[in-house]
Amino acid sequence: MSIEVRIPTILRPYTKDQKSVQAEGTNLSSLIADLDNSYPGLAERLLEDGALRRFINVYVNDEDARFLGSLDTPVKDGDSVTILPAVAGG
Amino acid sequence: MLEISREFVDAIVEQSRREYPDECCGAILGPIGSGKAARLKPMVNAAHSPTFYEFEPKDLLALYREVDDNDEEIVVIYHSHTETQAYPSRTDIAYAGEPGAHYVLVSSREEIAPAIEFRSFRIIDGEVGEEEVSITE
Repeated sequence: MSIEVRIPTILRPYTKDQKSVQAEGTNLSSLIADLDNSYPGLAERLLEDGALRRFINVYVNDEDARFLGSLDTPVKDGDSVTILPAVAGG
Repeated sequence: MLEISREFVDAIVEQSRREYPDECCGAILGPIGSGKAARLKPMVNAAHSPTFYEFEPKDLLALYREVDDNDEEIVVIYHSHTETQAYPSRTDIAYAGEPGAHYVLVSSREEIAPAIEFRSFRIIDGEVGEEEVSITE
């Protein structure tokens, strides 16, 4: 199973500067675990207390994962996942 | 240094006044590698708050896709502070996720009215560095 994951600039130091990588998983949770396996430290940037960080946006096939089940969002071969840090502040 | 047109400065200041008392926000895009603040893109503040701003996640994705399609990059990310000075807050620094961008702050706080503070910063790895703003007429 191969899923394309697009990596934002700020996380590319973890993926040896690659802006797109392949990963495997049946849902976002297992996908992130697989990413962390290949690119150690990545999971820590995406997760906090076992959930997706509030200001990291993850899209599965261009849909916000928050509306698809967050970490339980199913993913399958051929899907595209995009990670974008929120543009936010106070 | 940030080079920006008077037209864009005025448009951003005007946007901050229009959306007051909420913070306003947006971006300026330019051709990849050029560093030119070429195309102004005001964004909706999904937080609609006087103390917080966030690009709506759906808008954010659309922006990145558009930027990709146009071979552009995000050159400036701007937002306004309605009560405080035009300097990045702890929150601004914590969430600065675009290391290549110029972070522009506009303050329209009452004590300095009708003057406006317009300043630009680089925020990289949690470090803030102010830079000169060069306005081209």
